[in-house]
Amino acid sequence: MSSTTVRPVERGFSFAEYLTCLNGIVWREALRFLHQRERFVSALVRPLVWLFIFAAGFRQVLGISIIPPYETYILYEVYIAPGLMAMIQLFNGMQSSLSMVYDREMGNMRTLLVSPLPRGYLLFCKLLAGTAVSLLQVYAFLLIAWFWDIAPPPTGYLTVLPALVLSGLMLGALGMLISSGIKQLENFAGVMNFVIFPMFFASSALYPLWRVREGSPLLYYVCLFNPFTHAVELIRFALYGQINWISLLVVGGCAAVFMLGAIYAYDPSRGLVRRGPAGGET
Amino acid sequence: MTTSTAPTTGQNAPDIPAPAYADGTQALSISGVNHSYGSRRALIDINFSVAPASFTALLGLNGAGKSTLFALVTRLFGIQAGHIGIFGHDIRLAPGEALRLLGVVFQPRTLDLDLSVTQNLLYHAALHGIGRRDARSRSGDVLTRIGLADRAGSKVRDLSGGQMRRLEIARALLHRPRLLLLDEATVGLDVKARADILSHVRQLVAEQGIGVLWATHLFDEIAAGDDLVVLHQGQILAQGPVARVIAEAGADNVNAAFMRLTGAAAPTGSPAP
Repeated sequence: MSSTTVRPVERGFSFAEYLTCLNGIVWREALRFLHQRERFVSALVRPLVWLFIFAAGFRQVLGISIIPPYETYILYEVYIAPGLMAMIQLFNGMQSSLSMVYDREMGNMRTLLVSPLPRGYLLFCKLLAGTAVSLLQVYAFLLIAWFWDIAPPPTGYLTVLPALVLSGLMLGALGMLISSGIKQLENFAGVMNFVIFPMFFASSALYPLWRVREGSPLLYYVCLFNPFTHAVELIRFALYGQINWISLLVVGGCAAVFMLGAIYAYDPSRGLVRRGPAGGET
Repeated sequence: MTTSTAPTTGQNAPDIPAPAYADGTQALSISGVNHSYGSRRALIDINFSVAPASFTALLGLNGAGKSTLFALVTRLFGIQAGHIGIFGHDIRLAPGEALRLLGVVFQPRTLDLDLSVTQNLLYHAALHGIGRRDARSRSGDVLTRIGLADRAGSKVRDLSGGQMRRLEIARALLHRPRLLLLDEATVGLDVKARADILSHVRQLVAEQGIGVLWATHLFDEIAAGDDLVVLHQGQILAQGPVARVIAEAGADNVNAAFMRLTGAAAPTGSPAP
């Protein structure tokens, strides 16, 4: 065995090492997703129920006037499709955060957190992995919706991709931020009720904001300041090859804020330090 | 324990350059570490070090503060006061460099039960930036070494408790760390599995020159040639070579020395060396 003298020299990490780490985290997330077929099915069934049942029932009740980005009258199913795409990402973001809480309870979160790569980067990789999974679900939904005559322009399938990535990052980061504050898995259901339902219903996912304003000006402002509304609008416009700049700014800004909050919360000298050791450990 | 030692060269040592540490760098150095959970003080002025190629047992009852100390060394918790260095890298200032040299086996299982044995290893390798081809080769090697090569494709949940622990040790060694921390690694295992794991870790010290910090509450896991740190209610009561700790306590064995030092009831386990 040869012998060398070790000095505390900091060599840092190469680009290849960062990339390998990202690949590994995405690969593991994909494997877990594939192993949980029920998760994939339920992720699709939920929006499809809304599309096939709710939208069909409300088609005659809720009239949609011509509003951007639409240039003609549209069916109600067409209107709610972007909202349902965002809903898939919202649920996926919360599912990812649930999985982080589970990982933390089961102990496997430590495997990630003791990696030598910067913790902020590890969390960002985790976020990207969750977003990638949500993209698979959204495109599967779009494929089924196409058979239901919900067909945006062919280029829309491509132009919507950056919007989906950004909204996926924002909703995933929100989930991550929430997961940092949850100590036990059983507390999660309550949090879901306080996050998912208000975010989804107080948004433009199911009805246009001008309709909301007619009914309740207060709710209109709640919807307007709801970041989920902007995720829906960003997707809606991108699906038709357009950019809603305000929504882009809001979604991008919220993604950054939520991500920074999650990194702060998972920082050992700040977030986790306030917690005691896991059960049974001292 | 506090003096720098050149790693022992073993006959079956793998092809890993062995560091000489001529500059006296410790594998692990802990100085002035304090930690509190609110008003409860979990660790009080902790000072000790682990030399390369040495086996140091951290002995303490449940609640002594062992896991808190491990959480600080692995940077799961932030350091409130004091310094922790791994081969000279301050865990607070250069966490990446420090953690790169560290392998850890936590008290709770940290394997992904739904993934296979190999997939768990590949995931760990990726988290250390080790490319897929190299990771596969290393995985094959470590699985052969721990006798799990035939279970490479098995789901982890199908392994026995002892096999899972061996896999966790193999995983902790995959990125070739120079310091290995094991927190109550044999808890819940039968006598044979415990002996196998302990023997495997001692072999790593002898053959690969790895510094080991072994947290335990079981006396029979401590050998006469080990270094010993006695941790009780967050404070170090004694430290040094086992023989010296026993002598200074005026006892005949570790068991008696521990009881004299702590005034506590004997932990479970067999009589000491």
